[in-house]
Amino acid sequence: MRGVLIDAALVTDPAAGPQSAAESVTIPRDEVPFDPSVPWRKSPSVALRPEPFGALVYHFGNRKLSFLKSMPLVAVVKALQDHPDVHSTLVACGVPEAEHRAYVTALATLSRSQMIERQ
Amino acid sequence: MTAVLPSRAPARQRPTGGKLIDQFEYGLDAPICLTWELTYACNLACVHCLSSSGRRDPRELSTAEAEAVIDELQRMQVFYVNVGGGEPTVRPDFWHLLDYAIGHDVGVKFSTNGIKLDKARAEQLARTDYVDVQISLDGATAEVNDAVRGTGSFATATRALENLAEAGMKDFKVSVVVTRENAGQLDDFKALTDSYGAQLRITRFRPSGRGADVWDRLHPTQAQQRDLYQWLLANGDNVLTGDSFFHLSAFGEALPGLNLCGAGRVVCLIDPVGDVYACPFAIHENFLAGNVRGEGGFQRVWQDSELFADLRNPQTGGACTKCQHFDSCRGGCMAAKFFTGLPLDGPDPECVQGYGETALAARDLELVTPKSHIDHSHKGPVRGQATLLGMPAIPAKICDESPLAGLQLS
Repeated sequence: MRGVLIDAALVTDPAAGPQSAAESVTIPRDEVPFDPSVPWRKSPSVALRPEPFGALVYHFGNRKLSFLKSMPLVAVVKALQDHPDVHSTLVACGVPEAEHRAYVTALATLSRSQMIERQ
Repeated sequence: MTAVLPSRAPARQRPTGGKLIDQFEYGLDAPICLTWELTYACNLACVHCLSSSGRRDPRELSTAEAEAVIDELQRMQVFYVNVGGGEPTVRPDFWHLLDYAIGHDVGVKFSTNGIKLDKARAEQLARTDYVDVQISLDGATAEVNDAVRGTGSFATATRALENLAEAGMKDFKVSVVVTRENAGQLDDFKALTDSYGAQLRITRFRPSGRGADVWDRLHPTQAQQRDLYQWLLANGDNVLTGDSFFHLSAFGEALPGLNLCGAGRVVCLIDPVGDVYACPFAIHENFLAGNVRGEGGFQRVWQDSELFADLRNPQTGGACTKCQHFDSCRGGCMAAKFFTGLPLDGPDPECVQGYGETALAARDLELVTPKSHIDHSHKGPVRGQATLLGMPAIPAKICDESPLAGLQLS
């Protein structure tokens, strides 16, 4: 875990592109790949707070802090629980087909830090 | 009040997208976390205390007022608070407020010298979710620690660490302020921390509170700063820093974390009497934004104070903005500059490019460095009080100093 100003691990929304070394995420070798075909939801231990640039996401269990840097991604994370899989969530939220891959990558990052979990 | 701040562009519009650090410069609707000092009372009298603590202030927030602050933090979705003091656990309602905060979705991380962490409290903490404990230690040996924190404080801290480890507490922290005296002990701190299954947290020493009185003597040398930077690059993933060493990023590679002064932008301080300052290291009227007892409470202070609005405009002028390293260090720590009498738009006194030393040397000889009017230091002697400034401690009994003291050997 790395210290942010506030000692919470910093994980960012990769949909916005890599920013700096501090915001990169190391993928553990033994990781189970993210499966977008199953139902997901925001973890019950996670608080999502709207901000002018998107939202802050904090996991009370693992003390990780993430930043969602776009409003549509905030909507997608909230909507996950109402849909059977990631694809239908993205369609329901009006995310253009061309951007789906970037959103799946972003959600995979959020699942890695346990911000979202399988239903 | 705002005249001391560096020149900034007149209220610019927040950019859309871009880097997060640029967004943070414009502030957030609520702090990510904040420091909350519950009391100025403390059983110790550390020579470098950032809040000049010692005696309780009669105007400190009551239990009901503290609960109201927590209610407000819950509404604003402040995820957690860093509770400190003084020594927060000497407040009789400390354990109640801890439970109250956690029950209201406000996580708690508290710093303590360990005085109240007996086996029963350690077991209670181990059973509680969403609480983090930091035990303060400023030397990896009793000799180095006690010279700063007072005789017996190393033993108190390590006893608390033992109790926490024994109780099965996870992820508790050992919190170290890096000084000239302990900068060479980083590996020892790591080993000590590992031996308790704890996590090491090291932070920067600032000339705040009583720290101003000993800063010349205790702040790390330029050579130590370089070693510290190398050590952080090698160990940064396993060590917490509160992102307090961002001024070191001007050595080259950026350190992990947020390289930005968060004062009034993403963090702030609520002091024991409810005053809200831009940051825990800036207890001075120039950085006072308001009081939680005022109309509109903490939220109004955070969102509407003139001082915070000013801090949320990125700095545009001053010597540092012309430096090629400005993007790395962002001019360093505001409090460190202020309390050493340096201009806020100039270099940090510990600027690793050496501009700070030059600026310190160029200060007017007549200059009186700003001093906080908030001082709760003990008036009388404190048992075991540190005697850093060359005054030899008077042993209570002659054998306290050496078992052989006074013995004539022929």
